[in-house]
Amino acid sequence: MHKYASPKFFYTLAGQLTPWLAALTAVLLLAGLYFGLFVAPPDYQQGESYRIMFIHVPAAWMSMFVYMLMAGAGAVALVWNIKLAEMFAACCAPIGASFTFLALVTGSLWGKPMWGAWWAWDARLTSELILFFLYIGYMALQASIDDPRRAARASAILALVGVVNIPVIHFSVQWWNTLHQPASVTRMGAPTIAPIMLVPLLLMALAFTVYFFTVVLMRMRNEILERERHTGWVAEILESEP
Amino acid sequence: MPNLIKTVAFLFRRDLTVALRRSTDILTPLVFFVIVVSLFPLGLGAEPTVLRTVAPGVIWVAALLATMLSLNRLFANDYADGTLEQMALAPYPLTLLVFTKVAAHWALTGLPLVLISPLLAVQMNLPDSAIGTLVLSLLLGTPVLSLLGAVGAALTLGLRGGGVLVSLLVLPLYTPVLIFGAGAVSGVVTGLDIEAQFSLLGAFLALAVTFAPWAAAAALRVSLD
Repeated sequence: MHKYASPKFFYTLAGQLTPWLAALTAVLLLAGLYFGLFVAPPDYQQGESYRIMFIHVPAAWMSMFVYMLMAGAGAVALVWNIKLAEMFAACCAPIGASFTFLALVTGSLWGKPMWGAWWAWDARLTSELILFFLYIGYMALQASIDDPRRAARASAILALVGVVNIPVIHFSVQWWNTLHQPASVTRMGAPTIAPIMLVPLLLMALAFTVYFFTVVLMRMRNEILERERHTGWVAEILESEP
Repeated sequence: MPNLIKTVAFLFRRDLTVALRRSTDILTPLVFFVIVVSLFPLGLGAEPTVLRTVAPGVIWVAALLATMLSLNRLFANDYADGTLEQMALAPYPLTLLVFTKVAAHWALTGLPLVLISPLLAVQMNLPDSAIGTLVLSLLLGTPVLSLLGAVGAALTLGLRGGGVLVSLLVLPLYTPVLIFGAGAVSGVVTGLDIEAQFSLLGAFLALAVTFAPWAAAAALRVSLD
């Protein structure tokens, strides 16, 4: 186990894994988009505009999943003091924030034909917006502490506080929303979805997940090089790869 | 054990004394609270029905901002003169000391907000029946704001731009309290049953009392490193 946790070993391993994961992402993404855009029939209520959910729903799923991973890695880093977990958590944040942003943008694009407005205070969009703020706070805290070890520990505590709060925020917003505007019906992600639409959705979700791991490994390689730049093995690599 | 209680009581009294000696620190958030609420009728127009609908949200948002403004006072002075480091070295659990400091902080910022809120309620044309609810909801909600704020204040201790940063960290976490606090007051105005809001505010308080001092103490240890 210790071998895998050493930055040097991980750097090489991640370098070997990245091309395969990238290829897998491309295949899944192409398949998902093909099924989603050409095979799945138009929705009887929403017509063609529902197709944006093949981007929107996986992005929203990933935004929460990445936050959970980030908080989990933060907890591991706090308890066992593992450098790799710290780097993983730090690398998760910008990717998770991008997913959240993507979910917000696609949600508002979908809202224009459905609600007739770019933005409605729909429960899911609102909690997604607050999640976006949480990500920004996390990244801002990390950016304002110069020492990477201290930054990692402080932001891990913040992520853990956030992770306790996310369900509370989610249900509060849902409750608030039903009280204020009970009529906004979202059919996105409803369990009654037809299998022909479910297949592309799941393919896209898988593609997004693999994409996340590809990018996080690439970011972690950079992070490792930056943090270990004074060590011998990094100097060796930099000399051998001009 | 008696030593622990004596220490906690002493710390509480000390924090109150130190804060009272610099009374502008206490008055500033309070005045801020009053000014922010008074600005809304100027911006929205003094139509009584409009004011009544927006009053719960406005007063609660102003309370959130006023609490946030006062957060840097929580640890900053003790950090600057090294007292905080001594507290971390003391043979008493830091969690408990943090809790005591937060309690003292609330007594001097949260409580005045609660006490002055009926005046603002009258100013915003809230019906008499809602004033009691407003006071009670603030009484349950502001300790949660102080407790969650303590985590943010501890995390940003000694950082450049700490004041703005703390708002970025803390405000998203305040949303549930805002929703249910303002929800309770506007529930009374519209004649709904508001037991659920109070139960949930109480639940948040219980949750915050249990976990926030602990998280804030952990954050302080990181900041003091």
